[in-house]
Amino acid sequence: MANIPQRIIHEWLRHDKKFPHVWCAGCSNGIVLGSIIRALAGMNIDRDDIVMVSGIGCSSRMPVYVDFNTLHTLHGRSIAYATGIKMHKPHLKVIVITGDGDCTAIGGNHMIHAARRNIDLTVILINNSIYGMTGGQASPTTPHEAIATTAPYGNIEPDFNVCDLAMGAGASFVARTTAFHTVEVQNIVREAIDHPGFALIEVISACPVIYGRLNKKGGPPQMLKDMRDNSVPLSAAEKLPPEKLEGKIIRGVLRKEIKPEFCASYADLVKRVQAMGGEK
Amino acid sequence: MPKKVERDRMGMIIREEDAPEKMEVELTEVKAPGDDDSPVLIYYNWCKKCGICVAFCPTGCLGRKADGSPYVAAPEKCIHCETCDRLCPDFAITGAKDR
Repeated sequence: MANIPQRIIHEWLRHDKKFPHVWCAGCSNGIVLGSIIRALAGMNIDRDDIVMVSGIGCSSRMPVYVDFNTLHTLHGRSIAYATGIKMHKPHLKVIVITGDGDCTAIGGNHMIHAARRNIDLTVILINNSIYGMTGGQASPTTPHEAIATTAPYGNIEPDFNVCDLAMGAGASFVARTTAFHTVEVQNIVREAIDHPGFALIEVISACPVIYGRLNKKGGPPQMLKDMRDNSVPLSAAEKLPPEKLEGKIIRGVLRKEIKPEFCASYADLVKRVQAMGGEK
Repeated sequence: MPKKVERDRMGMIIREEDAPEKMEVELTEVKAPGDDDSPVLIYYNWCKKCGICVAFCPTGCLGRKADGSPYVAAPEKCIHCETCDRLCPDFAITGAKDR
């Protein structure tokens, strides 16, 4: 794997935008953005062939800063827009950047149906366990008993396991990793873009300013250290007994299988109907 | 003498015409004196002083100033591992050999 120096990242940013970027000090979104740019820069894809789509949220500010074709859309509807782009121009690499609130709460419907169709999108879900941009409301991935501004005495709801949700909906590529493991994010993003079918990558990230302060998680370095210490690679997790895996983040590619892809099936259908002259 | 830029409470540049047009201009402005031969380059006007680079530097090459921003405390200790480079959320530090 070639090393991508920071110079390349600076080249791939849009310098007519306001820098330093909008995220808080220590927010993992910047680390994930760096890893994504490193992955794409190492793949030798033409920048004009990459489309980055996002909805609303902290992580969804990401496409604003990068020099690809980008689309900043409605809250939760990023996958719906991305489906349209991919259907119209199947050769483009469509990457959806979304947050936990954006993708599992308001856009949960779009996510499960894109997974069911197996359309060739790469969804990077940055899970910081809270609605950071709007002031710290509890999201569907806020852990049980964690504090949020709408759950000041602890969250009574159980949380979503996003990867299980995507696998249940039929996604053909599902992976989980954390923002701390930058090389792993880089490799998984690359693998997901090459994968022909719906790919969902859950990146566990840290929100030190809102989630971290409400739950007394320590500063940004401490939250990253927790990610390092509380996560287990999938190969090691398979050998461990279930009681040792409680509260641990299991990292790695959880599912990878080849299924019929939606755009290819649609092109086949068009060809078949045209050969019949449009008659049944 | 760099011109005074208006910033808001969060440190963002307020007026559009103040925003630097090209990265090259900004990088030369932000380099601290004597940084040319330093193994680690820090772009101070992008840094938000979160402390991640200092906390994860494996050799103790980086130190933290009183205001929280990093500085190269021991240049000879840098092994160009690029940990700071990869973990910086603000693209504000690079320890790569090829930069």
